[in-house]
Amino acid sequence: MKFWNLIKPRPGNLRLWQLAVLVLVFGLWHVLTKPGLIPPFVFENERQAAFFFGEPLVIFGRVGDWFFSNADIYQHLWVTLVETVLAFGIGTALGLVFGLWLALSPMAAAILDPYIKAANSMPRVILAPIFAVWFGLGIASKVALGVTLVFFIVFFNVYQGVKEVSPVVLANARMLGASPRQLLRHVYLPSATSWVFSSLHTSVGLAFVGAVVGEYLGSSRGVGYLILQAEGAFDINTVMAGILVLTAFALALDAAVGRIEQRLMKWQPKSGETEKL
Amino acid sequence: MSAPALSLQGVSCTFVDRHDPAQRYTAVRDVTLTVGAGEFVSVVGPTGCGKSTLLNVAAGLLEPSSGTVEVFGAPLAGINARAGYMFQAESLMPWRTALANVMAGLEFRGLPDARERASEWLKRVGLAAFGGRYPHQLSGGMRKRTSLAQTLALDPDIILMDEPFSALDIQTRQLMENEVLALWAAKKKAVLFITHDLDEAIAMSDRVVVLSAGPASRPIGEFKVDLERPRDVAEVRATPRFVELHQAIWGVLRDEVLKGYQQQLAA
Repeated sequence: MKFWNLIKPRPGNLRLWQLAVLVLVFGLWHVLTKPGLIPPFVFENERQAAFFFGEPLVIFGRVGDWFFSNADIYQHLWVTLVETVLAFGIGTALGLVFGLWLALSPMAAAILDPYIKAANSMPRVILAPIFAVWFGLGIASKVALGVTLVFFIVFFNVYQGVKEVSPVVLANARMLGASPRQLLRHVYLPSATSWVFSSLHTSVGLAFVGAVVGEYLGSSRGVGYLILQAEGAFDINTVMAGILVLTAFALALDAAVGRIEQRLMKWQPKSGETEKL
Repeated sequence: MSAPALSLQGVSCTFVDRHDPAQRYTAVRDVTLTVGAGEFVSVVGPTGCGKSTLLNVAAGLLEPSSGTVEVFGAPLAGINARAGYMFQAESLMPWRTALANVMAGLEFRGLPDARERASEWLKRVGLAAFGGRYPHQLSGGMRKRTSLAQTLALDPDIILMDEPFSALDIQTRQLMENEVLALWAAKKKAVLFITHDLDEAIAMSDRVVVLSAGPASRPIGEFKVDLERPRDVAEVRATPRFVELHQAIWGVLRDEVLKGYQQQLAA
């Protein structure tokens, strides 16, 4: 009982408990898949579990090879990163421009409304093969796929952001003598940006999905390509290693976005924030 | 005599429901109102009587259904560039710091010394130390003072105020009222001040206009406030002349307030 009180979950040892969950998952995985460790109870022989699910130790070895002994994953990661960033950048810029345009010209929005709805509800991943035909198997086709995913997220948020500009703030800016251009630059854009940033985590995630799915469907470089290659050879360990690397990478990307957000959105009130003197 | 700073002649505003054009609402009907240069005029009336509508018309944000608006003798088209407007609701840009908010109007006009002028105004409203804060980091009173500095920094000839202090507690409010009076006394601008608080109206203005209950409000009484200046809004309330004026105006206003209340109950 005394021991339990010592390790009882509390804010102070949160990280330790999170780590414990991770260790537990990998530990279970190891015990259940390592050939010869325990007698097989689902599969017919002791090697099958490892064949279908991979073995954590081998997977870690593969990741180690990639990053340290062979150091050959960096070019693939770099390609995936470039695709993600390009897709995110282009998609955001397009979404911002179109969102502002349609929000500020209601007639154009009314005409295009059904087509925007249609384009948004279409499963856009299906465009990947077409993009591969149009743009080849290089970076461009992956970026194009990512852009179609990111665009709509940003577009709808900007549209909403402009529609929800406080009428009082708008009237005030007009009374202060803002020209239509200044209104766009000083009122609509900042307001829309706050909505873009609230969707930033989603849109970066989707840019990443676009890049990896694009690679997976046909490419010569990138982490998605590595996974595709390994899958072709029934090398489940490498597939799992690729997935692990992608997950870690996505987490790092998300953390970076969080940092940028904190920087740029410091004017936004956070609930429960107290004054720091 | 030169033309008044602001002159509304026979202004009516009828709003039409966008989804049901048969539904009409006339907020104000046939309002004639003038504000002389350097005059402080208050408009009081029961809630929902179209006070803010009148102010929006004077600001050029709203075009009247009929009637004319003249600014220093010239007919008003579009935004009233000679007027500054202090809104009832929060009007600061949340993505700009207090200083940047005060700077906004000067910046829109492309003035090179916008920053210096803005920080000077911020100092004048007692917020020199808070220029770097964002609106959500300021108290309600500080935000109102920032708004005040933002409006006055442009040195408008006409100042329109829409219940600017109604959201403040009574102490902050009296402080702000005195500040506004002091700033007004120094520059002698034309002020059109909207309020539902009769005490505030009498304490601050040269003239008080009473609006009837909506819909289709119109001015039903006008009172000259001949209290001496400079005034202190808290002290002036105790003078016999203030009490007299208050009784006289309240006599007109009370019926309208009751009427407005009955209408809201019936609706």
